[in-house]
Amino acid sequence: MLPQYQNIFTQIQVGGDPDVPPPIDNGQLRVLTPRLNRLIGIFGNAQIGPIYLGSIGLVSILLGTLAFILIGLNMLASVDWSPVEFVRQLPWLALEPPAPSYGLSLSVPLQEGGWWLIVSTLLTASILLWWVRCYRRAVALGMGTHVAWAFMSAIWLFLVLGFFRPILMGSWGEAVPYGLFPHLDWTAAFSIRYGNLFYNPFHCLSIVFLYGSTLLWAMHGATVMALTHLGGEREISQVVDRGTAAERSSLFWRWTMGFSATFESIHRWLWWFASLTVITGGIGIILTGTAVDNWYKWAIKHNFAPTYIEQGYPGAPDPLQTDPNFQMPEAPAPIDPMTDLPPEEPADTAPNPTKVEGAGTEDPADVMPSAQPSNSARPDGAPPAQPADGEQP
Amino acid sequence: MKPYVLVALGLSGVLAGSGAIFATYNRVETREIGFPGVGMQVTDSLPRLADRAAYNEPAPVIPRPPDGGPLAGQEYQNVKVLGHLSQAQFLRMMTTITTWVAPKAGCGYCHVPEYDENGQIVRNEEGYPQADNNKYWSDGLYSKVVSRRMIQMTQHINESWQSHVGKTGVNCYTCHRGMNVPSYIWFNHAEEGEVTNPETVYASTKGPQNHPNVSSSLASLPGESYEVFLAGDRNIRVQTQEALPNGNRQSIKSGEWTYGLMMHMSSSLGVNCTYCHNSRAFGDWSQSPPTRQTAWYGIRMVRDVNNQFLEPLGPTYPAYRLGPSGDAPKANCSTCHQGAYKPLLGHPAVEEYPSLRKTYPQPPPKAKAAPSSDQANAVGGEGEREGSDAPAEGERPGDDDAQTATNVAPSR
Repeated sequence: MLPQYQNIFTQIQVGGDPDVPPPIDNGQLRVLTPRLNRLIGIFGNAQIGPIYLGSIGLVSILLGTLAFILIGLNMLASVDWSPVEFVRQLPWLALEPPAPSYGLSLSVPLQEGGWWLIVSTLLTASILLWWVRCYRRAVALGMGTHVAWAFMSAIWLFLVLGFFRPILMGSWGEAVPYGLFPHLDWTAAFSIRYGNLFYNPFHCLSIVFLYGSTLLWAMHGATVMALTHLGGEREISQVVDRGTAAERSSLFWRWTMGFSATFESIHRWLWWFASLTVITGGIGIILTGTAVDNWYKWAIKHNFAPTYIEQGYPGAPDPLQTDPNFQMPEAPAPIDPMTDLPPEEPADTAPNPTKVEGAGTEDPADVMPSAQPSNSARPDGAPPAQPADGEQP
Repeated sequence: MKPYVLVALGLSGVLAGSGAIFATYNRVETREIGFPGVGMQVTDSLPRLADRAAYNEPAPVIPRPPDGGPLAGQEYQNVKVLGHLSQAQFLRMMTTITTWVAPKAGCGYCHVPEYDENGQIVRNEEGYPQADNNKYWSDGLYSKVVSRRMIQMTQHINESWQSHVGKTGVNCYTCHRGMNVPSYIWFNHAEEGEVTNPETVYASTKGPQNHPNVSSSLASLPGESYEVFLAGDRNIRVQTQEALPNGNRQSIKSGEWTYGLMMHMSSSLGVNCTYCHNSRAFGDWSQSPPTRQTAWYGIRMVRDVNNQFLEPLGPTYPAYRLGPSGDAPKANCSTCHQGAYKPLLGHPAVEEYPSLRKTYPQPPPKAKAAPSSDQANAVGGEGEREGSDAPAEGERPGDDDAQTATNVAPSR
């Protein structure tokens, strides 16, 4: 029983002719003759195709691909067009937004963030068009538009990070760079600049919904898989025609945690948790720097962050407060090099021995003897080829 | 492919991964420096601690000759910064500095070489030029000019920067460790188009950001931003210290530059953030351990050293010592610290070398005639025993910690 029903991969695949969708009347493009693939069937539905290619989707893919390639070309340019360095340094490379000094200007030199503006425009257009496609395909199939609105909540966070918040802050430089490590480092720097994002209550909510989503997904997926041999995979029909699978699952969760969702409501739980992750996240980001500049101080002000009973060490005094007149100490004056012994003088009128002919200038190099081994010959006798000639201690 | 095979492959992958993690796991030593449970900890791993202890063995000390006797500044020509020492003390310092900086090349590393009758440099058996016994006075080699300035710098640091180096101080070995050139130095960025100002940094140009960089612990943060922070005096503080916006226009990019500098300090000292900051409120001084104040003065000390001593030596150096844009080698936190929270793990650097403790008044030049013994003795009192600056009786190296509380992590 265990290998049949509680497994990672689909083991029993139904063969036969692939599903052929009903004809569409507006002459839109469908490509890829439907066929079944056993390997794909291990992971999901074995059928590949047909794929719907509408004009909106095509434009979206085109713009998105263009943005992706432009990011790659900018990264390639930053390593002097070296393919080897491109591969080696790829995780570090980035396409950065314009410098803060450009503000919201749209006429930024390409090398200084102009490419970022172009790429962001292309990418945003691509994502919005993909949303339109998502919405229109759902309508065309007579579905609800749940997928489109869940997607829109993710787009909200994307637009807050790269569009709405930079506009409110008055600088494209506030936006996220494109790059693997760079966008992560940006995230850390964002938190540090604005006084620790962990004290942003909307960040807290976002984390709750994110982790909550994973927990709910795990619970739901496990429940349905555990019920497959009882017809549990027919989730939706069990919503209105509750069979033993639904009854057992509800009993299980009531036994284990006292409460159970229904076969229908668990999907609403999941949809809201996933969507609220990015909705609350976006709210938290758009408030940062605009309404709140230091989340830690904000949290202290509103009794949201704890103060320590005892710190355990004395706090460091801020030198700008305790030492407001701090100045760099005066350095001893350099001593002019001496390249000739001073001339013989009577004892009682001995001159300053540094006063030698040609000395006394500011530049010690000027009084270096040219005949003596000096700058060109290395004192250790090695050829002056490599500068780092450290001796091992 | 049988699904079982895939499952087996997946499981063995997980096992191999866990094995690899387990094999490379280093036990982490954690020391609590704040109230229990608030995460104010200094962490380290045992292999790293062992490496550090081995690497930071202090140099052997040559016994110090007693005070008294003729002064070096009067017995020798052209002794400008250590002339207040007695001859014997002076020779001991010269020998010590040789072991610190040029143990192989010896005297001839700084003093002009001797020439034979054919005009060839006389070399010792190891092939290094031999110093001309009659020309020790000569400043003909650039390395002698640099050395003298470095002695001045060491005296200056020990005298004027006790806010950072405490009574522990520094000597030549702190940076050199037996190398002619300290291992950790930096040069200005040379490539055209490199950007060193966070307000004008962008990606498509080569800059200190968005490339693998050891200085920022291999993050894509700006690394080697020393020109900005350790030669220039760019503002480091980016946070607003109140809840609501108050006109602080520091950008996230500025935050990245500060972050990069902090990663340099962290890797230079081998410490984590909480050594100097409570990471829940990085900018808040009242929650920062006192070490942060020491670091604040350290940043200024490095700026001082770079601007007043190292960079101005540029024209003195031969071309092969200069950076790609022709600038002199400069210092950052690693130059002295070299991975230890205190250089040489806090071993007292000037206790045995009081002549490096401060800038000393030099004895007046002596006439060519035979020195009167009165004159020598009169200044002789200013030798190694320099009054109130000398360590008090019974002061042990370990006492430094207690006296300079800002230089150590607070421990409970």
